[in-house]
Amino acid sequence: MDTAEREKKFQEKIDSGLKVEAKEWMPENYRKQLTRMISQHAHSEIVGMLPEGNWITRAPSLRRKAVLLAKVQDEAGHGLYLYSAAETLGIDRKTMIDQLLSGRAKYSSIFNYPTLSWADIGAIGWLVDGAAIVNQTMLARGSYGPYSRAMVRICKEESFHNRQGYEIMYHLANGTPEQKAMAQDALNRWWWPSIQMLGPSDAQSKNSEETMRWKIKVESNDTVRQRFIDRTVPQAHAAGLTIPDPDLKFNEETGHWEIGEIEWTEFYRVIKGHGPCNRKRLKARQEAEREGRWVREAAAAYAAKQRARAVQAA
Amino acid sequence: MSDNTENDQGKLWEVFIQSKPGIPHKHAGSVHAHDAEMALAGARDVYTRRREGTSIWVVPSEMITATTEQDADSFFDPADDKAYRHPTFYTIPEGVKYL
Ligand SMILES: [Fe+2]
Ligand SMILES: [Fe+2]
Repeated sequence: MDTAEREKKFQEKIDSGLKVEAKEWMPENYRKQLTRMISQHAHSEIVGMLPEGNWITRAPSLRRKAVLLAKVQDEAGHGLYLYSAAETLGIDRKTMIDQLLSGRAKYSSIFNYPTLSWADIGAIGWLVDGAAIVNQTMLARGSYGPYSRAMVRICKEESFHNRQGYEIMYHLANGTPEQKAMAQDALNRWWWPSIQMLGPSDAQSKNSEETMRWKIKVESNDTVRQRFIDRTVPQAHAAGLTIPDPDLKFNEETGHWEIGEIEWTEFYRVIKGHGPCNRKRLKARQEAEREGRWVREAAAAYAAKQRARAVQAA
Repeated sequence: MSDNTENDQGKLWEVFIQSKPGIPHKHAGSVHAHDAEMALAGARDVYTRRREGTSIWVVPSEMITATTEQDADSFFDPADDKAYRHPTFYTIPEGVKYL
């Protein structure tokens, strides 16, 4: 079979709704795009632990602290599921980690914003994980088996993240005037980055034709974004909070909330490395890599010793 | 499931989880570890934080032999022409029960 014929068969498989598995034939660009996407997703989970980790030692109660610890630990798990899904495409985890640490890899630019107050922990769980859920539920329907299965597993865990965040926001919003102001301030800072987190608008998005045809994505960025907005705006209102968008209005005819213009220059500035915390995040990951090295070396040495002993005993 | 050379990430292990007693173990994903014990502990932390499992198997990825997509058709086709392996192949006289 020549490549054109294989590609045709591959497309038929995708169109009939079958999943593609690791060892099966796939177009080079399908492999390349998925490797890029899954590894970026994995990096986002790992870097995403940093802004929240910042508040673990300062959580306002033991309950909140236990919850935040569990939440951040879940994100580590998500990173690992995803590295493992990416590895099925032939890339080594070490290579991906090196790409992240050397600054060549991308991760979700939202994690380059700082967590200034406790309310930011609420805003992240509610908005950032909320946006992630909508996106990941879409990705779970994608054509690559290992990625889609990792998404299903992750989505099951995300709903706790989302609820604990909303609970924090709701409590603050219904607390003292200072607490309410803190919640509103966090919403003001996290709203637009969360909207942008779902990717460039369909008009500007490259790759989208191919990724949709191959069902790497099954819905466009704008569709997913609209779903997130429609879910989240009423949640803000229920908590008595105001969405920081003077143009926000409900369209009675379509049943959708319509938002104002998205400020994309800011988004691209942060992606290019000029966000408030880009350098700090990378430095934290590099330090973790360095400080954990002795543990990996010790584990390797111990395993080698055990193997040598087994050989001797035999 | 890339090459299994041991760098400082350890070998790759495939993880299989039995989610409750009495049902088969099912593939969940993989972990990196330097030995089996570490692979089990890693698999527990990564894949069963909410009691998703009653039992875990870890297997070095390199030890798994699998059929390939290209050979699948010829590999499985001996089963195609043996309809008599299915109960629906047989006609049963009317009125005869429990067959
Ligand atoms: Fe996550
Ligand atoms: Fe999450």
